[in-house]
Amino acid sequence: MTKWPSIALSTLLLASSLTACGGGEKTTTTPTDSGTASPGSTGRLATIKQRGTLICGVDGKIPGFSFVDEKGQYSGLDVDMCKAIAAALFDDPTKVEYRKLSTQERFTAVQTGEVDILNRNTTWTISRDTSVGMEFAPTTFYDGQGMMVKKATGITKLEQLKGKSICVQAGTTSEQNLADQMRKRGIDDYKPVVSDDVDAVYTAYEQGRCEGVTSDRSQLVARRSIAPKPDDHLVLDVVMSKEPLGPVVANGDTPWFDAVKWITFATFQAEEFGITSQNLATFQTSKDPSIRRFLGLDDKLGEGAGLPNDFAARIVKHVGNYGEIYERNVGKPLGLDRGPNKLWSEGGLLYSPPFR
Amino acid sequence: MIDQEKTPFWRDTRFLKILGQVILLLIILVTLLILGNNLVTNFQKLGLNFGFVFLIDGDTPARFGIGDSLIPYQSTDPYSRAILVGLLNSLRIMISGIILAFIVGVTIALARLSTNWLLCKIATIYIEIIRNTPLLLQLFFWYFAVFLRLPKIDNSVNFFNSIFFSNQGVYLPFPINNKQTLLSVLFLITSVILALIINHKKNQVILENQERRNIYQIISISLVIISIIIIFIGLDWQFPEYNIAVQKIQGGLHLLPEFTTLLVGLTLYTAAFIAEIVRAGIQSVSKGQWEAAKALGLRSGLMMQLVIFPQALRVMIPPLTSEFLNLVKNSSLAIAVAYNDIYSVSSTISNQTGKSIEMLLVLMVTYLTINLIISVGMNRINREVQLKER
Repeated sequence: MTKWPSIALSTLLLASSLTACGGGEKTTTTPTDSGTASPGSTGRLATIKQRGTLICGVDGKIPGFSFVDEKGQYSGLDVDMCKAIAAALFDDPTKVEYRKLSTQERFTAVQTGEVDILNRNTTWTISRDTSVGMEFAPTTFYDGQGMMVKKATGITKLEQLKGKSICVQAGTTSEQNLADQMRKRGIDDYKPVVSDDVDAVYTAYEQGRCEGVTSDRSQLVARRSIAPKPDDHLVLDVVMSKEPLGPVVANGDTPWFDAVKWITFATFQAEEFGITSQNLATFQTSKDPSIRRFLGLDDKLGEGAGLPNDFAARIVKHVGNYGEIYERNVGKPLGLDRGPNKLWSEGGLLYSPPFR
Repeated sequence: MIDQEKTPFWRDTRFLKILGQVILLLIILVTLLILGNNLVTNFQKLGLNFGFVFLIDGDTPARFGIGDSLIPYQSTDPYSRAILVGLLNSLRIMISGIILAFIVGVTIALARLSTNWLLCKIATIYIEIIRNTPLLLQLFFWYFAVFLRLPKIDNSVNFFNSIFFSNQGVYLPFPINNKQTLLSVLFLITSVILALIINHKKNQVILENQERRNIYQIISISLVIISIIIIFIGLDWQFPEYNIAVQKIQGGLHLLPEFTTLLVGLTLYTAAFIAEIVRAGIQSVSKGQWEAAKALGLRSGLMMQLVIFPQALRVMIPPLTSEFLNLVKNSSLAIAVAYNDIYSVSSTISNQTGKSIEMLLVLMVTYLTINLIISVGMNRINREVQLKER
């Protein structure tokens, strides 16, 4: 008799523990309902069109990339890439629903289809591309990992951080690059202080908990710009890694991936053609066949990608070309040099395959 | 025979009970099957595969550093080693948290029961504030408003040049791990056991013979004196010292601000609940028992020890178990204040490898195991203190 309650209890325990993980699984089932992946089904692109808005995962705490300003508006380079997609699809850049995601949440959000696209300073790496179940659209920002210290500490080289604490955000490539770099330089007794939240990372650094803080150089510069005394901080002259950042979508949905890819390329191509949001009207009468094709005046290039034929024109009209996006968000406010983020024709890395 | 004819099997309660169990089990199994199948198909769709091999694979190093580790750890070690480091850090916080929370909790409960108006009010205010604000908020408060606000290391607050407080952590004198210390610790443990035995004997003598024997008093006092001497001289204490050359405090026990935050936060939070449990336990003992104890002529200390507390324990232990389990689970909030517990390490791993389901399972099994061990232990104690009816 005494055995029954214990058996019932243990089954209940088992059931509860398993339904708990079932909760996690359930979320993975939702994308099939809304139709992400399975080939032949309508796919995410159709779902988005039907829904009428794009759900875009952003960080929301990095000025210049995605930041909520005083008016509650999202702005930044990452945000503008989301707006470009909304502009291409709906001819309206405001039809974006932003989701603030932490580093911990972002991949699950993509895998489970909670967001249509992730534009969140996510570094393109082979393991993320191949074993995390994601696809990386063209890089929209070439970055490298840096290190910021307080000028007062007198630190100018990584080697001087031996035995010191370094603040870093949890689950980032920065965390791994830091370990690699320090090992390479034989500085094995540094102490990482790993915080989940980006604000907590910089607060701990500013309070003097860590001698240094490491992240992508653009992010360091961006965070320095909102620090109480920006001049007190020094971004060291080291680049610890390659950090190509760009939009990310879930694996296995080629039409949607293609659409994101070509919308991104369109911003590069527009700059190459010299088409800006200001002078777009003058190009509508252009005789150049490649420009006419690009703007959807001739041919039907958009159709193949499941987009309207004039999608490139819509992007330029509402959001501008890449150069404009860069200047507006990163160049002017943060004073970051374009560096490798110039067009290929100007010695940079941005290159769009032909629109043909 | 007649009985069987009267109750057909679908009305037989014994049969119905078993049927109920079978149906429940079937429902559970089917649900599991559906969920499992769902998981597998979704994994396949995303091109992922499920497995735990990556954890022990020596060829895939963790590639991230851990700030606070009890065992040697490098970024070239496999993930399993990183998880072990996290587990040890977690256990460290859980064990010290449970012990400290219990001590603080009992103290606060006694303060609340005391007749001293100020003491009682302070305890009440503490309990009400701590119990009615979220733990996460309290942790942030301790981290950002207290421990990170401490002065920099070259300007740290110190007491007698042996206890340092800075925003790099708390530095305490700590015995060096050597033979002398080990012997002293062994001696201390023996003397505690001896003291308990003597105390028990002393009480027995008082109860049986209605008189005190000074010999026990003398033995206890000498034990206390010897223990104090051993603590001060026997243990090989090492004092932290500020070294200007490297701008660091060296020696002694170094508690990182993250660890201290978590320990203080968890301890004070859980202690508030424990205090209420202890208070309720003591107050649950009926007034008659107090009066009976007084009638026997017991002094207040003995009254508490022999009459009230054993009866209060019966009420206290089950809710205390829950509080200990809560503390264990709440320790996973470590990630919010940048402490490398098992939860924090696991989320870094799942972020790097994309194997979130696997890491969730590892975490669930770990916390489940720790909590079940605590439950079993506490239930055993509970059985010991329950009324034994014969």
